[in-house]
Amino acid sequence: MNIAYNFAFFDEGSKREIRRSTLKAIAIPGYQVPFASREMPIGRGWGTGGLQLTLSLIGKKDMLKVIDQGADESVNAVNIKKLVTKTTGVRTVDDTEDATVVQSRHRIPEVPLKEHQILILQVPLPEPLRYYEPSEFVTQRLHAEQEYSGAWLMLFEQIMKYGHMSTGADHPVMVQDRYVMAPSPIPRFDNPKMNYSKALILLGAGREKKIYAVPPFTKVVSLAFDDYPFEAESFEGASCWQCGATGVFLDELIDEGTGETYHQCNDTSYCISRLNARPANH
Amino acid sequence: MDDFDRPILSVNHLSKQFGPGCIHCSSGQSDSLIKNYCPTCGTVYACRDISFDLYPGEVFGIVGESGSGKSTLMQCLYFDQEVTEGEALIASYKNGEANIFEESSQQKRYIRNHQLGKVYQNPILGLRMGFSSIGNIAEKLIAAGGRNVGAMEARGRELLEHVNIPIRRMKEPPKNFSGGMQQRVQIAKALSNNPPILLLDEVTTGLDLSVQANVLDLIKKLQRELNISMIIVSHDLGVIRMLADRTMVMLDGKVIEYGLTDQILEDPQHRYTQQLVHSLL
Repeated sequence: MNIAYNFAFFDEGSKREIRRSTLKAIAIPGYQVPFASREMPIGRGWGTGGLQLTLSLIGKKDMLKVIDQGADESVNAVNIKKLVTKTTGVRTVDDTEDATVVQSRHRIPEVPLKEHQILILQVPLPEPLRYYEPSEFVTQRLHAEQEYSGAWLMLFEQIMKYGHMSTGADHPVMVQDRYVMAPSPIPRFDNPKMNYSKALILLGAGREKKIYAVPPFTKVVSLAFDDYPFEAESFEGASCWQCGATGVFLDELIDEGTGETYHQCNDTSYCISRLNARPANH
Repeated sequence: MDDFDRPILSVNHLSKQFGPGCIHCSSGQSDSLIKNYCPTCGTVYACRDISFDLYPGEVFGIVGESGSGKSTLMQCLYFDQEVTEGEALIASYKNGEANIFEESSQQKRYIRNHQLGKVYQNPILGLRMGFSSIGNIAEKLIAAGGRNVGAMEARGRELLEHVNIPIRRMKEPPKNFSGGMQQRVQIAKALSNNPPILLLDEVTTGLDLSVQANVLDLIKKLQRELNISMIIVSHDLGVIRMLADRTMVMLDGKVIEYGLTDQILEDPQHRYTQQLVHSLL
């Protein structure tokens, strides 16, 4: 059976509703705008928020890049790319520079994004205060009153327990001195890339039915204390075993034969483009 | 005017009703009410036209039976409930010229975090049971603008020591503690940002006698050393006799007697107060 889908899977009314929420999100940086999250051919919690944003924004001339934890070829990324290509005919690319729309799960690419690009992040839990306060009714009021002691309290508890802030990912940020926002589970390493980003950053949570945004050139500051400043993960002394890159986010791998640990670029397209740029005799 | 003559908190004509009211109960002034309940429309008049002043360094007691509106009054003062009518002025906030009940919710939060401390009868309401005890104290400090972990930890230690919680247990969550210890953590939390006004709602109810004495001693000590103004709500006249300088007696949402604690206990004027004093064991 061959069903003729509308361009980009959704009907025009749905796309318009998502775009309208997106515009509101851009107008109020960091504010979570509720939207009517649709049923998708993939399960909620598997990137439906990001996918709905992508489908509502994509045009025929766009070039799409989809990454899953830094990788262009993982199952999730490949399937999302297939769905978008089948319903739009849009070309997909691996190189960050070539893309106009980048949908990502848990990473911001190593290559700095530019003005004409849009980064779409998939978000599992959009509410930065959820652990502190289970009630949505209450957290909405806390946001309205700019009462963010809960976000700092969670960091304080981590310092009391472990001696340092132990957020592995999703370290809360303050957007334009107003809203505290969950940056999606990107590593702390990527948080500074949001600050005054040239590209528009959109965040979509399909299961939680929220869209929020960091417009280009917006101040994004990671929460920290005076005597416990924010620190990104450090890869001091480590480099990628394939391309030799330093100063990027590295995965630690263990050679099962020898038991040795080695490092590799987490951003696969960055690593490959560095390898391709090498002279042939190297 | 001397600072001693000027009240730090004045409450004027505070009223709180639950329900819309009707012509039969006419804003709680009618005789057709059963106690403070209107049988026609079901409205409860929890607080009816309450006025009093609290002076710097004073301990002000409020007594009354269950359902007399004591706790509702305290909840209104701490913005847990919205008042129906009335005003309250705090001398250290906008020079005592702003009715705190009419401020924006952000300002109310500021007042709560900077001017007030409250200890609830039930520690679950005042503490986050799953967070560490020191975290609970830090919460109030963070809310008041604290962003230095070292300073907040030091303050937390000092306060927990003050209320006799062993330092080795400061990172434990209050849910692991006994009722008396939870109550003391609550007091430490309420005191953390040196509020000029402390609201204590039935702090000793439900504690055993020796722990009660402990908590009362602590409150007495705090009042003497830090000169904090306190409002103490209790149905226990023993607690009021020991702590309060002046006392107000409430019945069915109304103030029925008001004066020096000794006077009220030795020479009660109202029928209900007489009954209350005589039933004191």
